[in-house]
Amino acid sequence: MVESRLTRVLLRLGAAATLAFIYVPLGVIVLYAFNESVTQGWPIESFSTKWFSVAFEDEDVREALWLSVQAALGATVLAVLLGTAASLAVARYTFFGRETISFLVILPIALPGIITGLALQATYQNVGISFGLLTIIVGHATFCIVVVYNNAIARLRRLAGSFEEASADLGADSWQTFRYVTFPALRSALLAGALLAFGLSFDEIVVTTFTSGAQQTLPIWIFASLARPAELPIVNVVALFVILISIIPIWVALRLASTPDEEGGARAVGAAAP
Amino acid sequence: MREQRRRIGLRAGLLGLVAALAVVAAGCGGDDGEGSGAIEGLGGSIEEIQEMARDEGQVNLVIWSGYADKSWADTFTQQTGCTVNTKNGASSDDMIDLLATGEYDGVSASGNASVRLMERGDVAPVDTELIPNYADVQEGIKNQFYNSRDGEPYGVPHGRGPNLLVFRTDVVPEETNSWNVIWDASGPYNGKLSIYDDSIFIADAAVYLKATQPDLGIEDPYQLTQEQFDASVALLKEQAPNVGEYWPGDVAKQVQSFKSGDSVVGTTWPYQVNLLTADKVPVKAVKPKEGTTGWSDTWMIYSEAANPNCMYLWMNYIISPEAQAKVAEFFGEAPVNTKACELTENSSHCSDYHAEDEAWWNDVYYWTTPTGDCGGTEDDGTCVTQEDWKAAWTEIRG
Amino acid sequence: MSTVDPELASPVEAGLARRFSTFLHRHPRLRLAGLLAGPVGWLVIAYLGSLFILLLSSLWRTNPFTAEVVHEWTLDNFRNLFERDVFRNVTWRTVKMAGLVTLADAVLAFPIAYYMARVASRRTRNILVVAVLMPLWASYLVKAYAWRTMLANGGVLDWALGPFGIDFPGFSSVGLWLVFTYLWLPFMILPVYAGLERLPSSLLEASADLGAKSFRTFLRVTLPLVFPAVVAGSIFTFSLTLGDYIAPGLITSEQYIGTVIYSIRGQALPAAAAFTFVPITIMLVYLLIARRLRAFEAL
Repeated sequence: MVESRLTRVLLRLGAAATLAFIYVPLGVIVLYAFNESVTQGWPIESFSTKWFSVAFEDEDVREALWLSVQAALGATVLAVLLGTAASLAVARYTFFGRETISFLVILPIALPGIITGLALQATYQNVGISFGLLTIIVGHATFCIVVVYNNAIARLRRLAGSFEEASADLGADSWQTFRYVTFPALRSALLAGALLAFGLSFDEIVVTTFTSGAQQTLPIWIFASLARPAELPIVNVVALFVILISIIPIWVALRLASTPDEEGGARAVGAAAP
Repeated sequence: MREQRRRIGLRAGLLGLVAALAVVAAGCGGDDGEGSGAIEGLGGSIEEIQEMARDEGQVNLVIWSGYADKSWADTFTQQTGCTVNTKNGASSDDMIDLLATGEYDGVSASGNASVRLMERGDVAPVDTELIPNYADVQEGIKNQFYNSRDGEPYGVPHGRGPNLLVFRTDVVPEETNSWNVIWDASGPYNGKLSIYDDSIFIADAAVYLKATQPDLGIEDPYQLTQEQFDASVALLKEQAPNVGEYWPGDVAKQVQSFKSGDSVVGTTWPYQVNLLTADKVPVKAVKPKEGTTGWSDTWMIYSEAANPNCMYLWMNYIISPEAQAKVAEFFGEAPVNTKACELTENSSHCSDYHAEDEAWWNDVYYWTTPTGDCGGTEDDGTCVTQEDWKAAWTEIRG
Repeated sequence: MSTVDPELASPVEAGLARRFSTFLHRHPRLRLAGLLAGPVGWLVIAYLGSLFILLLSSLWRTNPFTAEVVHEWTLDNFRNLFERDVFRNVTWRTVKMAGLVTLADAVLAFPIAYYMARVASRRTRNILVVAVLMPLWASYLVKAYAWRTMLANGGVLDWALGPFGIDFPGFSSVGLWLVFTYLWLPFMILPVYAGLERLPSSLLEASADLGAKSFRTFLRVTLPLVFPAVVAGSIFTFSLTLGDYIAPGLITSEQYIGTVIYSIRGQALPAAAAFTFVPITIMLVYLLIARRLRAFEAL
């Protein structure tokens, strides 16, 4: 340990303060899910669990949830395919414009969502593509490629190319090398990237606003409901529910973290940006 | 070798560009906007419409918040088999935009949207023979410039109401009856004003100036000469630093800020007043002595509606006495089918909301789209256009 | 490798597949082309193509009455950006906000990331990783709305700070700064933590052995080495603040780049499209600098 005792105490305090900053608002959300009143006042006057049954019987919520899952799955599959291919190309070949690829891949997530959304909407309308699940998936996949790419390329950089060369020397063709050498080494990194992509897509609202037409993903439903005074309590219940089910991917990610690839696990736990 | 590859890359890039351009050019040759009469896929008789609606099974509507509440939309679904999907529009501009995506069957358009929608050809004229309840709509609201064109009705009227001055009675005196509480640069409630976030609000400044500065000669708050417009904008710019929040058609946001006391006075729709009153927040809403802006809304059908039969049934349903009674009370507006007056829970709703008191509406200026040509209302007949209003609003917000 | 590959089950197909595979093996350029075709095709056609159409839109005008896009070329939309003060004011306000949010996030992220990476036990570290990153799975919208309630008059913040005589300006740019800092914080913690974790302990020990005080080690060794990770995190915090239009609308009455683009896009798509090139330019410059600072490897 290089850190002095005092430094460590200070660090602990700083970490605790940041954690409190992160968790107090989440606690407030949880409390409001049990708020009996339709409006959010403070302090909460009376508690109730009545909104849970209302939320679970709401058909719109279920439909929106299902659409979100479909969109996130579609975007994840595309992102994994495209992100893996790009990472293999950049990590294993030298070619003109290689540096540009990493720039190109990161652009959709580095440019604000409203720009991606507006650009895609303008394109869909000019080309005459009608809005629906497919247009949502295209939008999401575009900014999800980068998370798979980043995870995969970090792994490929650590995985010496010599293994693949050895495989080739032993007579394996390209596909066999990928299938039996590269892919097993990449697997957990890809899973981590896929989880992250799924999370990003699942909570996305800005690009979706421009690419979903009349379709409602869960965040779009939440946004619409937040503007309807009577539905605020249902939104809080749904939010709590989403936090709770997010334990599943986090658990998967933790399992990943207990394998040698810790970084991938850490990456996978963090997900979802508007 | 590398040089050659680069050239190939360039050529591929150019090809891509050309392809993109071709695509854009193809998109440009769209329709240019005249309503084309009959809508494809619409049944020829009421029975046929009802039958075909069962197959459609849904109707997608762009609405003002609160216009298709479950309490009457569910009844419609039971009667017709058409599920009602809604999307709230934040402003008339937003609604035009949403309809233009081609994803919706109809819209509850205010005057400043409806005239543009007709001009753009995004909405189609309706055959009132197929909408039996249309006969019961108040004659004075039929065939207005905002719901018809060349004598042909475009849609059915929904209801009308004023934009009101709302204030918390525990902060602002009960007898307040003038807009000056929101326009006074040194007003006591500055910092706690709640203002509608749309360029159409420039008309509210014009209504106030019409009453307080007669020498500007404002007649119609939507047809402003450059001088009148500049005066209205200047007033709004003066107000901007005092605004606590702008609410972009987001009803819940305004309700919350009045409840918490972050806002104490502002402009509102009767809907929020209903919600606040139900929540026991001490508020009062009035039509101030200077008059006010307001709306007379129309349900219009998208010219290429995917579910035209359900939309026709909806237009018929929404002006039925039963639905009108519910809508009018829920949102707090005057019904256009006065048969609804016998069905409202509050038996005096129609007189409270001046459904049949035409004189009361004289100083309510219904939203409409500002046009450049205001033919003779002022010296040279040119006025500030919608485009300028929109640009000015961005500058007012600063 | 003991499992039987299904492809080997059918000798004919396997032969074809294998021949193709061998062919690819002998032609690495083709293999490369195959790998690049998908992602590059996608990003260039779907993404850059869309941005290009957005650029084209910014060169059109609108019908002053119906607001429909008229396909006549004009530079007016860009001229307005320069001539009207409002665009400059909004841009400056937004950039300032994005910078301050990034700064706050970096300051908040450092202690906890450092604690996780270098002080905490392995078990605590795992728990902390989950604890820090789980909020990202909670809906962005619900968090933003919760903050609106908390910042309201008489809300949680007034309730907590009132007894100390502090009157926090809830619905203001300060409030918005707090909300943005909150929303994007995990995006900063994550790369900084990963960066600190990669730091070889031997380096820090060497510095200590050479007699450097821990603060000096931090300043001269740790910080420079972790800086690329901070820059990597800042790409997110900066860009997310730059384009957000929902939180500003909920918390303040001020306009930001995102809110302006969102509100004018419908009736003035060309003007909105032109304005998007301000954040695009800002982010391109930002990314170029970030790449020079080796931040891309730390993402």
